[in-house]
Amino acid sequence: MANSYYDPADLRKFGNITEWSEELGNKFFEYYGKVFEEGALSAREKSLIALAVAHVVKCPYCIDAYTKDGLQRGITKEEMMEAVHAGAAIESGATLVHGVQMMNKYEKLSM
Amino acid sequence: MTQSILRDIKKAAKKSLKAREDELANTQKQLEVLNGELFSSGELPYFKDKIAKSGQFPLKPKTLEVLQINVGYMCNQVCAHCHVDAGPDRKEIMTRETMEQCLEVIRNTGAHTLDLTGGAPEMNPDFRWFVEEASKAGIKDFIVRSNLTIILANKKYHDLPEFFKKHNVHVVSSMPHYTRGKTDKQRGDGVFDKSIKALQMLNEVGYGKPDSDLRLDLVYNPSGAFLPADQTAMERDFKKALKEDFDIDFHNLFAITNLPISRFLDYLIASDNYEDYMYSLVEAYNPTAVENVMCTNTISVSWDGWLYDCDFNQMLDLKVASKVKHIKDYNDDVLNNREIVISQHCYGCTAGAGSSCQGTVA
Ligand code: SF4
Ligand code: SF4
Repeated sequence: MANSYYDPADLRKFGNITEWSEELGNKFFEYYGKVFEEGALSAREKSLIALAVAHVVKCPYCIDAYTKDGLQRGITKEEMMEAVHAGAAIESGATLVHGVQMMNKYEKLSM
Repeated sequence: MTQSILRDIKKAAKKSLKAREDELANTQKQLEVLNGELFSSGELPYFKDKIAKSGQFPLKPKTLEVLQINVGYMCNQVCAHCHVDAGPDRKEIMTRETMEQCLEVIRNTGAHTLDLTGGAPEMNPDFRWFVEEASKAGIKDFIVRSNLTIILANKKYHDLPEFFKKHNVHVVSSMPHYTRGKTDKQRGDGVFDKSIKALQMLNEVGYGKPDSDLRLDLVYNPSGAFLPADQTAMERDFKKALKEDFDIDFHNLFAITNLPISRFLDYLIASDNYEDYMYSLVEAYNPTAVENVMCTNTISVSWDGWLYDCDFNQMLDLKVASKVKHIKDYNDDVLNNREIVISQHCYGCTAGAGSSCQGTVA
């Protein structure tokens, strides 16, 4: 039994989720595969978006997977880091914009 | 921690495994790793069992199309991923006598492609003589695998572009990335700038131009423990970047998977990537690629004249399973009846779109 919540080897077993719910699992993987195909956005662009989101949702599996995917696609480390900053900026912006709510409440409660 | 291991690998990589007396210089050791617990425990299937499942065992050759001759393991570079374990310290070089035996075969074979490789084939003192003689044999496609930096390594190599042109040689060159950082990390400091200069020199004499018959193709190997992406997409990115940044033209890009042998195997183990890498290869297994793996149309000849199913088997010292084992006894018919010798490194040829010295196969 693994003695930590995250085991890198579990990423390889991701596909196993279909074993306990085949229909939903397959539907998910079909959808997932489709999303990352070349489309109006290139697969390369989508890989960078995935990397940014992986950081925002702080999923260690996705970070591993999309760093490797980026390397495979010849995405440079500068591009990868910029994508992470884009995600981080939105995430911190989303926190900071709530500062307005704090300010509003503060004003309302103060005499 | 991984960072410091990688630094150590980089430092060590100034010499071949052989010169470092590393235990992985021993091909038996490499085969032990490839047959090790990951496969013997049943966690991953042996290559033999995998291809048997799709009815493709034993692997047999089709028509011989390519004669690949390795004229020596000496090289001016010591790339970290090199499957030949080549370097300036390697002294194994094909003699003129063995070259004569090769020429005899080249003149009589039905193969339409002659593929000279190394090390840096140009460093063999008889290289030019061999090219001159071989080019008279009427082979359709005459490839020399040149690492580019050799052209600038010494004054005596500066005229190589002209020499290649004179003999209508098809130049295939390795270029791991179109940015400086990635290239130098894999192949050594300064390699990027020299490669760019060499490509410009080849362009100058007419190589790689869109409508030119002087073929110039590039080989891309991933610089790390990951597989190459789609060859067409990589080619598009390389073409765009090399044209915009350096006004360089080339014809095709071959995306080649690094096989887990020799220095690349050493890197995988030292960086704790071996298991993951083997998983990636097995997961990407593609039975369609098996149909056209390189060994089905190629014979590989070593510097000392032994015959192998491919350059990788040569580096693992897995000679052909045939009565004819040496170039001096060469016989198309006998060789064509052999079974191809396989092991777990073969997964590198069957992953994704497949991989061969001519790029993808599926
Ligand atoms: S990969 Fe090619 S250029 Fe690099 S050391 Fe090996 S033979 Fe030489
Ligand atoms: S490594 Fe050699 S023998 Fe194995 S599949 Fe590839 S070309 Fe064939």
